[in-house]
Amino acid sequence: MSRAVLTPRVERTDPPAPPPVKPKRRRKLNRGYGFVIGALLPALVMHVVFVVSPYAQAFYLSLTDWNGVAGTANFVGLANFGRLAGDSLFLASIRNNLLLLLLMPAATIGIGLFLATMIQRGSRTGRGGVRGARFYRIVFFFPQLLSVAIVAVLWGFAYNPNNGLINGVLRAVGLGGLARSWLAEPGLALFAVMAVMIWSGVGFYLVLFSAAIDGVPKEIYEAALIDGANGWTTFWRITLPLLRDNVQVAFVYLGMAALDAFALVQIMTVGPGGPDGSTEVMGLSLYRTAFEYGKFGYASAMGVALFFGTLVFALIALRGSGGKDRTELA
Amino acid sequence: MPSNEISRRAVLRAAAVLGVSLPGLAACVTSGSGGGSSSAGGGDRSAANPFGVQADAPLEVVVFKGAYGDDYVIAAENGYKSRFSGAVIDHKGIQKVGDTLRPRFVAGNPPDVVNNTGAGRLDIAALNQSKQLEVLDSLLDAPSWDDPNVKVRDTLLPGVVEDGTYDGSFVRLNYVYTAWGLWYSKPLFEKNGWRWPSTWPEMLALCEEIKKSGVAPWTYQGKFPEYVADPLLVMAARGGGVDLLRSIDNLEPNAWRHESVKAAAEAIAELSAKGYVMPGSEALSHTEAQGAWCQGKAAIIPSGSWLESEQKSVTPAGFDMVMGAVPSLSSSDKLGSNAIHAASSEAYLVPSQAKNVPGGLDFLRMLFSRKAMNEFAKAVGTMPSVSGATDGLTLSPALTSVTEAVKAAGTDMINYRHRTWYPTLTKAVDDGVGELVSLRITPAEWVDRVQKAADDVAADSSVKKYERR
Repeated sequence: MSRAVLTPRVERTDPPAPPPVKPKRRRKLNRGYGFVIGALLPALVMHVVFVVSPYAQAFYLSLTDWNGVAGTANFVGLANFGRLAGDSLFLASIRNNLLLLLLMPAATIGIGLFLATMIQRGSRTGRGGVRGARFYRIVFFFPQLLSVAIVAVLWGFAYNPNNGLINGVLRAVGLGGLARSWLAEPGLALFAVMAVMIWSGVGFYLVLFSAAIDGVPKEIYEAALIDGANGWTTFWRITLPLLRDNVQVAFVYLGMAALDAFALVQIMTVGPGGPDGSTEVMGLSLYRTAFEYGKFGYASAMGVALFFGTLVFALIALRGSGGKDRTELA
Repeated sequence: MPSNEISRRAVLRAAAVLGVSLPGLAACVTSGSGGGSSSAGGGDRSAANPFGVQADAPLEVVVFKGAYGDDYVIAAENGYKSRFSGAVIDHKGIQKVGDTLRPRFVAGNPPDVVNNTGAGRLDIAALNQSKQLEVLDSLLDAPSWDDPNVKVRDTLLPGVVEDGTYDGSFVRLNYVYTAWGLWYSKPLFEKNGWRWPSTWPEMLALCEEIKKSGVAPWTYQGKFPEYVADPLLVMAARGGGVDLLRSIDNLEPNAWRHESVKAAAEAIAELSAKGYVMPGSEALSHTEAQGAWCQGKAAIIPSGSWLESEQKSVTPAGFDMVMGAVPSLSSSDKLGSNAIHAASSEAYLVPSQAKNVPGGLDFLRMLFSRKAMNEFAKAVGTMPSVSGATDGLTLSPALTSVTEAVKAAGTDMINYRHRTWYPTLTKAVDDGVGELVSLRITPAEWVDRVQKAADDVAADSSVKKYERR
């Protein structure tokens, strides 16, 4: 898993690894692993101290009523998890996160794939990208260079109902009737946030997919063209199947981002998390519960729930489409 | 091609390792010592040194360095040093008080004086519950710095002691006194011949007049509905008086169903229904709404007395903002229209596990002297929590209006404790007010949902309950 998740693969033709040489005698084996262990140990220790240990503490704290400042905490068993089930705001946050999970990755990947295809193969002849492809690639990547806080603040300005960019443009082109209070209408606010997530994410996946399409041997496209395949067919029958791994990795990344969304919601929305809980996300509930209400135990329970939610999603995403029926090139 | 699948077994193995390592690692967070360290308190007590400060004991002061800066604290530290020669003072002016100090409280080595303010501050109720805070009664009963015949308690403005009392223990001494109200530009009103209304019908008539002049009568900080919740709660509290405040704060059944609460909600909703609120206000942040107000796009905005300093850089010359009291709904109100919402803030704490508790207490005695407060008021244009601290100063129109409003209110101060005691109820109130002002729910629905939130808190055994007497 780690390889696929951590280094999105664009190179499709890496040679199969040579089979490991079996050591003949046990002593040799130990010597061989000694080096490996020596090399891994420092990293492993860091990982345990800074990653595993905080996780373990959070798991433990989720079973207590720790208030964040006391030297001690009382063990309360699974009471915190029982409360989660009846916490209407937290349930609303799960609903919102699931809605984000359902729509945001699909939209981002869809737009990213479309733009990548246009940039690589969008020309009239079907053999190259649209005119100015390089320019578009750079421009679409811009949002990736901004920190999420800046993105949120800028879009907060753009969504301003009175002098914001969006309503300003709508009014300027005579569509003033469509001007809305984007972040203050319960039915729109979450989609307004989602649009920002898509806008800031598309550039990265555009570059990722674009590089992957670049890695597909030209002969295959050439053969398809000669066979008379049009753009759609080429996309569905060649590009998409060969980009399957990349799409899958993108889906995992974006799914995790959809289950988070804390920073944008915290900075942009009414309340934040509003109006009236309509943009509440799990991370925001967790943050408020811990740092405003002083209930670190309960907040840890939320964190644990979020952890398992993300884990289950990642397993399903990696397993559901991974597999034996993968299109092989080499 | 290497497989990128995770085997089920690998996941289970990882989970098992996690589970086994749990108890050992989990000890880290909450392993702080519970017992208080012995304090440097060996000095002799006297009238001039009521806490028996040991002259050579070091003092550590950690303050939030925000809009008010920390110069006034440093000035008081210099006074402390000249009094206790040999005392080394470790001063830290920081922003993230909670993040910095939480681990130190947990580990049992907090500083001697803390100004717990700003975003990400520590939860004082939780600190108090965990016995992390020194009870400051001895400070209240100590002779004040300026006049040994007057106790510190008697120099404070009304409500400061109440504000600092958690669960019966006075643990928090607030430096700044904040009053809430409705703000307007005095010259703008004078130019148009508008008079500040004292009753709600007068307010509605005024709004009609303002609207005709082409200016939106009201705007509010829509992203943070607590701003517009304030005038609502003030009108409700005037109608029901202290009894209502007490029953609301004590989570009594049907406390929110009092007729004056509903009447206040109807009044606030009426503003929107009659089109007296600037369109789009519901989506504006405080800076955006206040900016529009300073540009003259709206005439009235609810806020607290920090507004002048917050708007300093964007207020046009001659704007001369002043605060008006919220008008009264009915002549049969239990409290008059002089009653305003006021409370103290900028919390000073002395941790009970501090190394030098007596030094911390005596430092606060110096910091809350009239001279130090006077310097503070002069430097930052804000009202401190000691009475008479602004005497003899030339004040801005804004601060003058606040001072006069506080004086006119006398002891008729409106303050609600449930907002700090029960934050989930506060959120329900504020979220609901946002919906109410946007006319998405009716006043009756607002009352229902707030009452339900209050009932939920009352029924929740995991929430610590407080009592307002």
